[in-house]
Amino acid sequence: MNRLATILALAAAPALADPDPEALRRLVRQDCGSCHGMTLKGGLGPDIRPAALASYQRDDLTTVILDGIPGTPMPPWRPLLSEGDAAWIADYLLRGDPE
Amino acid sequence: MIPAPLSSGTTKDRARSDFHLSRNTPAGGLRARMFALTLAGLALFAPPLPAGAQATGDLGLVVERASGSLLVVDQSERASIGRITGLGDLSHASLVYSPDEQFAYVFGRDGGLTKVDILAQTVVNRVMQAGNSIGGAISDDGRFVAVSNYEPGGVRVFDADTLAMVADIPTGSKTVGLVDIPGTKFVFSLWDSGETWIADLSGETPQITRVKGMGANPYDALVTGDGRTYIAGLFGEDHLSALDLWQDPPEPQSILPGYAEGREGLPVYKMPHLEGWALAGQDFVLPAMGQHEVLWVDARTLKETGRTPTHGQPVFAISRPDGRHVWVNFAHPLNDTIQVIDSVSKEVIHQFAPGPGVLHMEFTPRGHEVWLSVRDAGKVIIYDTETFEQLGEIATESPSGIFFTARAHRMGL
Repeated sequence: MNRLATILALAAAPALADPDPEALRRLVRQDCGSCHGMTLKGGLGPDIRPAALASYQRDDLTTVILDGIPGTPMPPWRPLLSEGDAAWIADYLLRGDPE
Repeated sequence: MIPAPLSSGTTKDRARSDFHLSRNTPAGGLRARMFALTLAGLALFAPPLPAGAQATGDLGLVVERASGSLLVVDQSERASIGRITGLGDLSHASLVYSPDEQFAYVFGRDGGLTKVDILAQTVVNRVMQAGNSIGGAISDDGRFVAVSNYEPGGVRVFDADTLAMVADIPTGSKTVGLVDIPGTKFVFSLWDSGETWIADLSGETPQITRVKGMGANPYDALVTGDGRTYIAGLFGEDHLSALDLWQDPPEPQSILPGYAEGREGLPVYKMPHLEGWALAGQDFVLPAMGQHEVLWVDARTLKETGRTPTHGQPVFAISRPDGRHVWVNFAHPLNDTIQVIDSVSKEVIHQFAPGPGVLHMEFTPRGHEVWLSVRDAGKVIIYDTETFEQLGEIATESPSGIFFTARAHRMGL
């Protein structure tokens, strides 16, 4: 399947739904955690705890999540996440997890 | 199943008693439990068992990534026999075994190196050796444990008895793909500079051989079971690179050049893993990067011999120990599924969905069973590798890696 088809196939379902905090928190820990570490302190990818992201605006971070950073392993999550989901994750990362 | 042991040494005997009395019948389970309690009581009065009374050859450890613990499992009982706690951040953790299969060295993401005793089911020693690490290996003679680190980038080598550091090898790069090879040597690759280094620990001071030109951004590597061929996966290139370690000095050889040429690379939501279980018949089987396929190369010539389209992007493509089948799991969001590929026809012969978040697979040493960790179901599930029938399951907390002690006697794991 080419990428466009993947995007069309996968974007349809989540696009209109409200962000599901439980599922997104899990996604951040488990799946972003594949590269950034389950505690988000970094791994192959950089530290993404609040102090490390201090220079990012919410919208910029949302864009990075949706479109990735070309030339690096940071992939575009747009095929899997709505803009609302990505903005929720950006807020969550900038705010930090109260746990 | 028997609760965690009260004292070391008697665990296995109680588990065996349970097995002897009953197999999976509730009444038998109750009898077994009462029997076990009696035994536990007796253990307070009985003299300790002589050293070596409990064998470790069919034991294993399951990483419980979220709780920083290891579940001790008995492969032939298909049961857990205890838990070792207090190991820190075990996300993406792996481990290796001492040659006598009594101790495991656990490499945590947080830089912790922990030595555990699987008989006593305790932490023996623990050091924080770096800020952020990715894996490790043990030397062929069992004397040294090496850890590859992201931060600070490099490899550190420790005395296997004491965990005292015996060598520090900074690389100036995130360091990946660390394996052991014969001659008390370790091989590892540098993400940032595309090099592979061979560290010879057999003498007084480590001797380093640097191999340049492996390609951009090696993300992981494997060495074959004979310790001869080292294969690095590359994030930044449309090929992999191989080294013949019997060459002196080894020269990088491009394999599978342009395997994704003309095709758009799909987003990579999880980096594939390269493992030593790559030989399937006459071919090595390798996960593709950014494509839904596994790739086959002739083990001798390293020329492509085929491609198998798969359900998703492969994370592990692991050959059953006899090489006849290859089991494949997949990256998020398709990580609930397993495919089994016949290594002769190179076709998918079986597909099923064990559950959400299948992270790892471990074969029994001769391959009659496979154990799968299903993270989000909180289970390890055991399957017959010929019939694909489910044989059992073990409750566990967010399991990731499964490691049987037989790994102690294999190179490059």
